[in-house]
Amino acid sequence: MRSATVQTRMPMRLGPQPGEVIDRHRPFTFTWNGERYPAFAGDTIISALAASGERVFSRSFKYHRPRGLLTASFLDPGCVVQVNDEPNVRGSHRRVEPGMIVSAQNAWPSLRFDAKSVNRFLGRFLPPGFYYKTFIKPQRLWPAYEKVLQRFAAGGRTFPDSPHGYYDKRYAHPDIVVAGGGPAGMAAAVAAAEAGARVILVEEEYELGGHLRWGSEDELGALRELRDEVARTPGIEVLTNSVVNGRYDGNWVAILQRNLPHVEERLIKARAKVLVVAPGLIERPYVFRGNDLPGVILSTAARRLINLFAVKPGERAVVLTANADGDAAVADLERAGVEVARVEDARRGGDIIGARGRNGVRMVECGDGSRVECDLLVTATGWTAPTSLLNMAGDRPVYNPTAARFFPSRPSDDVLATGGISGDGSLDELLAHARATGQEAARRALKVGSALRAGVPRRVDVEEPPDMPPIEIPELPVVEHPELFQGRTDGIVDFSEDISSKDIVAAAKEGYDSVELMKRYTTATMGPTQGKLETVNAVAILARATGKTIEETGTTVWRPPYAPITLGALAGRNFEPVRYSPMQPWHERHGANPMVAGAWIRPEHYGDPESEARNVRENVGLIDVTPLGKLDLRGPDVPKLLNLLYVNQWNTLEVGKVRYGVMCAEDGVVLDDGVTGRLGPEHYLMTTTTSGAATVWEWIESWLQTEHPDWQVHVTPVTDAYASINIAGPKSRELLLRVAGDVDLSPEAFPYMNVRTGTVAGVEGCFMWRIGFTGELSYEVHVPAAYGLYVWEKLMDRGADLGVKPFGIQAQRILRLEKGHLIVGQDTDGLTGAYSAGLSWAIKLYKEDFIGKPELSWQSECDNSFQLVGLQPHDGSVVPPEASQIVEGENEIAGRITSSCMSPTLGRSICLGFVAPHLAEPGTSVTVLLPNGERTTARVMEYLAHFDPKGERQRG
Amino acid sequence: MILIPCPWCGPRNVSEFRYADEAKVRPDPNATTPERWRTYLYMRDNPAGWTTEKWFHRAGCRRYFTLERDTVSNAVRAAEASREV
Repeated sequence: MRSATVQTRMPMRLGPQPGEVIDRHRPFTFTWNGERYPAFAGDTIISALAASGERVFSRSFKYHRPRGLLTASFLDPGCVVQVNDEPNVRGSHRRVEPGMIVSAQNAWPSLRFDAKSVNRFLGRFLPPGFYYKTFIKPQRLWPAYEKVLQRFAAGGRTFPDSPHGYYDKRYAHPDIVVAGGGPAGMAAAVAAAEAGARVILVEEEYELGGHLRWGSEDELGALRELRDEVARTPGIEVLTNSVVNGRYDGNWVAILQRNLPHVEERLIKARAKVLVVAPGLIERPYVFRGNDLPGVILSTAARRLINLFAVKPGERAVVLTANADGDAAVADLERAGVEVARVEDARRGGDIIGARGRNGVRMVECGDGSRVECDLLVTATGWTAPTSLLNMAGDRPVYNPTAARFFPSRPSDDVLATGGISGDGSLDELLAHARATGQEAARRALKVGSALRAGVPRRVDVEEPPDMPPIEIPELPVVEHPELFQGRTDGIVDFSEDISSKDIVAAAKEGYDSVELMKRYTTATMGPTQGKLETVNAVAILARATGKTIEETGTTVWRPPYAPITLGALAGRNFEPVRYSPMQPWHERHGANPMVAGAWIRPEHYGDPESEARNVRENVGLIDVTPLGKLDLRGPDVPKLLNLLYVNQWNTLEVGKVRYGVMCAEDGVVLDDGVTGRLGPEHYLMTTTTSGAATVWEWIESWLQTEHPDWQVHVTPVTDAYASINIAGPKSRELLLRVAGDVDLSPEAFPYMNVRTGTVAGVEGCFMWRIGFTGELSYEVHVPAAYGLYVWEKLMDRGADLGVKPFGIQAQRILRLEKGHLIVGQDTDGLTGAYSAGLSWAIKLYKEDFIGKPELSWQSECDNSFQLVGLQPHDGSVVPPEASQIVEGENEIAGRITSSCMSPTLGRSICLGFVAPHLAEPGTSVTVLLPNGERTTARVMEYLAHFDPKGERQRG
Repeated sequence: MILIPCPWCGPRNVSEFRYADEAKVRPDPNATTPERWRTYLYMRDNPAGWTTEKWFHRAGCRRYFTLERDTVSNAVRAAEASREV
């Protein structure tokens, strides 16, 4: 009973059809523009609405003309709808679901009465290029123009609060990807899999079969057979509701998969050895007056509606047919009970002059001038070969006037084509071509596989399969088809962009007479259908307007993506790693403000950076410096390596000593700095800056592998293997004494710039460096990472009465600036030479070789670059922001501030900065231009260090 | 996405690698002239056709090796592995 009620509410629904994809046992309702509509499972949104007799589904982009169903496929330009919070859903493709809320886009206030449809009378005010011409001047009106344009722009609504969908990525390594799951694609996949290839078969629609699905009894039988073959042949992965979206270098194939439960979209990056392109053919609309009226549909649309969805496309039809598919549509319409009032056979001179009606076809004017009342006009005027994937592989399609369509022209080794794109012929001929193509693809894939394996080192020789002779692929016949693009009247060419044949002729007259220029000027082929429906018509109309042939005019270039893809699918899941030190839980418990430093999250401060800095000067502080780059260097040739990498001298470094080193690139620019210590006769530990850790490792490997492969050095990155804690402050020795085990910490036994290996808080194998970035007595302790948190907590616990407190990056930056220590990348940039950075004391030009030596020796002879100096504003309360310019005369740039802060120790502002050489003399007063335009003056200091320039505190 | 034939790991996606400059010889740092040194630093041949390049298998074996690549077609072929082979 219930089912019957629903049936009566679907007046255009036919009785059961042999190939129908709907499930009549699963009826449900959904909402369209606020009203409830019935549907069966398997219906698309539009087929369900058409079953209920709806005919208008959107308003056109520019003129707001009513638009209905045209192709009944993914491409259907007038059937783009809003589904729940998702805009731009292809309504003739997307399956309707119970409770779905669907609404029309681009219609205001309603689909039936669209206020903007006055546009259709204003057509002459929206000529091609109207974007470029109309809204240019005067510029001050642009904000108003922008609002107008936004209102006219097609597209649904997005909701910023919509929850994030789940998107996914996959990497696949099939032998063969077959793009297109019609008869040719299925046959090719089966043949390839039978020859031993692993195949991914991709079909844009929900089921395999292509045009066989809406075919005759015989064709349905062939379809069942092919589907069975695909199902029982091992090695074929079938992806339906998925599309091959692009082909890139080396047959890197992007597949957009939409058929996964709970995954919005998945992007498969498949490295195919061979790509088989079998997309079939797309039916082409015909251009004439009124060709965009609801009720004017393609023959394939009529056949899909009747045979797949059991929907009667109209009551009384006129059919324009130029081919067998049009004839089959006539038969289908008659079988479905549609009165076929007139058949215009284009092969015998039949034609359509125009269609009339307000919100749908009411009357058609036929070629002989006679008028036929009807509500349906079906056209079958030819095909477009979707050669996109072949184009992406370098093919340039060539027009064949016999078949009135483009054909691929340049065969390639790893991309093959089969099916309708390659030619016509009977189903048997097509299948024979496809099978041969599949076998040949498998043969070539085997060869590609052998070639790839040949490049992989192997322990034993594996016997490669012998080369097989090529499979002969039979030629497909090309069947004669009348050239039908535009009739005697003007009509819409690009349905999504609302471009008429007049617009293309106008563009040609204005001089946009090449196909690429016309495309960009009129925007024809640039809308959501991306040329799949309209390119050939546009090319033909342009050819006629310019007096050229279609061959001469050529076609536009098809580029990826083939089908629309969401940004979510491109982004996929976020796998970006985040790095934490082992002490992170402690930092979080103690209110650390997190700071992003490359991949690391570090404590910026614990609430009050200035008091953290003061505590280091007065008592003792701990900072987590785990992200510091650490490289373990072993081997007899390490001193040679260090001498090459650093500008200073290294072969004199004794065991137990550390040294500060500066690395330059070959152009003499400062690359990195850090401290390296000698732990044993052939064992060194190098530290790098946090941001330079990865670069320096690659840099070292580059020199070892390419310039000095004979040197015996082994480099191991150990940044993560050790947790690093810097204990800084006058009481640091006292604190370390409380936890140190076997290491004598007395100043005599463990002086400044030394390293010791020993036990800390009972943890063996720790390295202790006596160095001082902060300028205080300090020890940097590298603890095996697993014990980092334990040692940190132990130090905090044992130092409570000494006033131990943590300090963050910000306090460390204050302390080092007080001390005048430069930070590579902050106080230097990509042009800062080592002399310029005040590092001349480190550069040892007498060394046999080191990286950057020639440039540095020339710099040493004549260096007129800016000099890094310490600066103090005369007004100690002014902190010139970093990157403030130092100027001379009429705002001539004479330097810049690289670091600045208020020093809690000195109670005044301090800076590091670059100044022109003639201003570098200590005591010089320079003018600093502040970002707010005001000026202040600062004094050039004698030392880079503002505090304890002699370094007495850290040596204590 | 081109495939780079790593002499140690076999063919891998180019995204695993870093291009590490044209393969060229470092002039003797003690006997060079500014012209020669700066040509080494800054000048590239950039031919339309086959070039010999240094690549670094960053996300793989971390070996530097030389490779021949056609800059027009992006075709690649193995050159002799890095000098230490």
